[in-house]
Amino acid sequence: MAKTGILIETENGAVKDTTLGVMTAAAGQEIVALVMDANPADLKDKLAEYGAATIVAVKAGAGDIEASPDLAAECLAAAVGECGLTALLGTASATGRDLFARLAAILDAPMVSDCVSVDLAAKTAKKSHFSGKTFATLKVNADLFLATVRPNAIEAVAAPAGGEIVEFTADVADPGLVTVKEVKRGESGKMDLTEAPVIITGGRAIKAAENYKMLEDCAARLGAAVGASRAAVDAGYAPHSMQVGQTGKTVSPKLYIACGVSGAVQHFAGMKTAKVIVAINEDKDAPIFAKCDYGIVGDIFDVVPKLTEKL
Amino acid sequence: MKIFVCVKHVPDTAATIKIAGDAGFEDGEIKFVVNPYDEFGVEEAVSLVEKDGGEVVIVTVGKAAAAATIRGAMAMGAHRAILVKTDGQFLDSALTAKALKAAMEQDGLGDMVFTGKGSVDTESFQTQYRLAKSLGLPVANEISALSIDGGKAVAEREIGGGDKQVVEMGLPCVIGATKGLNEPRYPKFPDIMKAKKKEIKEVALGDLGIDENSGSIAIETLETVPERSGAKMIEGSVDDQVTELVRILKEDEKVL
Repeated sequence: MAKTGILIETENGAVKDTTLGVMTAAAGQEIVALVMDANPADLKDKLAEYGAATIVAVKAGAGDIEASPDLAAECLAAAVGECGLTALLGTASATGRDLFARLAAILDAPMVSDCVSVDLAAKTAKKSHFSGKTFATLKVNADLFLATVRPNAIEAVAAPAGGEIVEFTADVADPGLVTVKEVKRGESGKMDLTEAPVIITGGRAIKAAENYKMLEDCAARLGAAVGASRAAVDAGYAPHSMQVGQTGKTVSPKLYIACGVSGAVQHFAGMKTAKVIVAINEDKDAPIFAKCDYGIVGDIFDVVPKLTEKL
Repeated sequence: MKIFVCVKHVPDTAATIKIAGDAGFEDGEIKFVVNPYDEFGVEEAVSLVEKDGGEVVIVTVGKAAAAATIRGAMAMGAHRAILVKTDGQFLDSALTAKALKAAMEQDGLGDMVFTGKGSVDTESFQTQYRLAKSLGLPVANEISALSIDGGKAVAEREIGGGDKQVVEMGLPCVIGATKGLNEPRYPKFPDIMKAKKKEIKEVALGDLGIDENSGSIAIETLETVPERSGAKMIEGSVDDQVTELVRILKEDEKVL
């Protein structure tokens, strides 16, 4: 059976939910889970439940992979060879996007970014081209298939396997080109938009930065992250890190609730692959109602608190 | 300083993409623009050169029609441009990076390279990494703040949840720009007129020793993603509307 590696991402010492969907993308293959940022023993039960035959703890022989993204990529490249992988999949998260691009450059191997589905046997992957207006099916002509998968695009399905833990120490030199000096933490406890299963977004109609509190209260009930439209960011109501759409984040949650968002094509470019889109807008003619699943015409300052109350 | 900015000629986000054949699109009639993320790179390069002197050179890999897009980038203040011409619509990231490298080497390597964080047509987000690797330079992508001092670049990357990673690199380096880095300028009429007289050196991809058909990724099919056909509107009082919405999301859609 062909061996497919999965780069495992963790948060607070546990496997991220988005990683489990990536494992499901490799169903039918022998799955090798590559762990770089956590203690594999803590992850064993979960990774075995979702199909990992082997769990490889990848370590650098020398140097700090947290501080050198190129060293992390070199270690991963060495692990691909050591484990005899014919494919390696990761999450199209901030970490995954950067690491896989570095890895692809090191191996001079083709890589498909942000796939919504992959066919490992056929070596094809489906992904958005032209801001979600089209899907391209790409064929990879190479021995090694590298791809990142869009978070939440593939629903995780349990498929128990052995989950045997092995260690691999990569004997590679740190290229020492880029050094991570620090990580500036934003407000604590905020969920990463690109990986959130549910997102509630405030547009221009939110009227003031402090009114995002209303969305945050609702998000806490929903288990959601809070986003903003470009109009709201440009008006200074929210930071750019919250922007959904072109020049912001591309997201693909199960549920997307747009509150007071008009629905510009640039906004849809960032969220149209969401499973269910709900719009709440005072203007019954807002363009967003033509392209979403459910609509409520109403004042967001009436509807959102009511939604929070009823959840 | 000599700064290269890699600019891609891409369809406007508002353009309707009509599929042509199995894997192409009709590119004759629709509006093309400078890839929106590349504009942040152009602005940063032009600002640096305005402050410290030097020149900004645009490098584009694309069809002959890309020349019009390049004029747009030059109207923002870039001094000249190189267009590596391709026949086809699609070139994979590895070949694009090879073409960019060859064009830069032929012109003489610079002190910095800017790109956008990715392009809005193929959304591959990797060409800058391949270019940097082949040039032996450091690279950082999705950069929303940058300072250059004492032969070093310090840059901020958004890494999700509002967190930011601060990275340091030596120069030259490759920077993938995103929103937040600056506010790209709107060219004024005299700048647009001046840009018409600026040099665009055209070179065929084949003349750089690169075979356009040697890529490792091919588009098998391109298909239009169907638009939603309009919302099911939920009527009634606010209480009724919200009650029905919660019921739909829980029972029908099963997303809560």
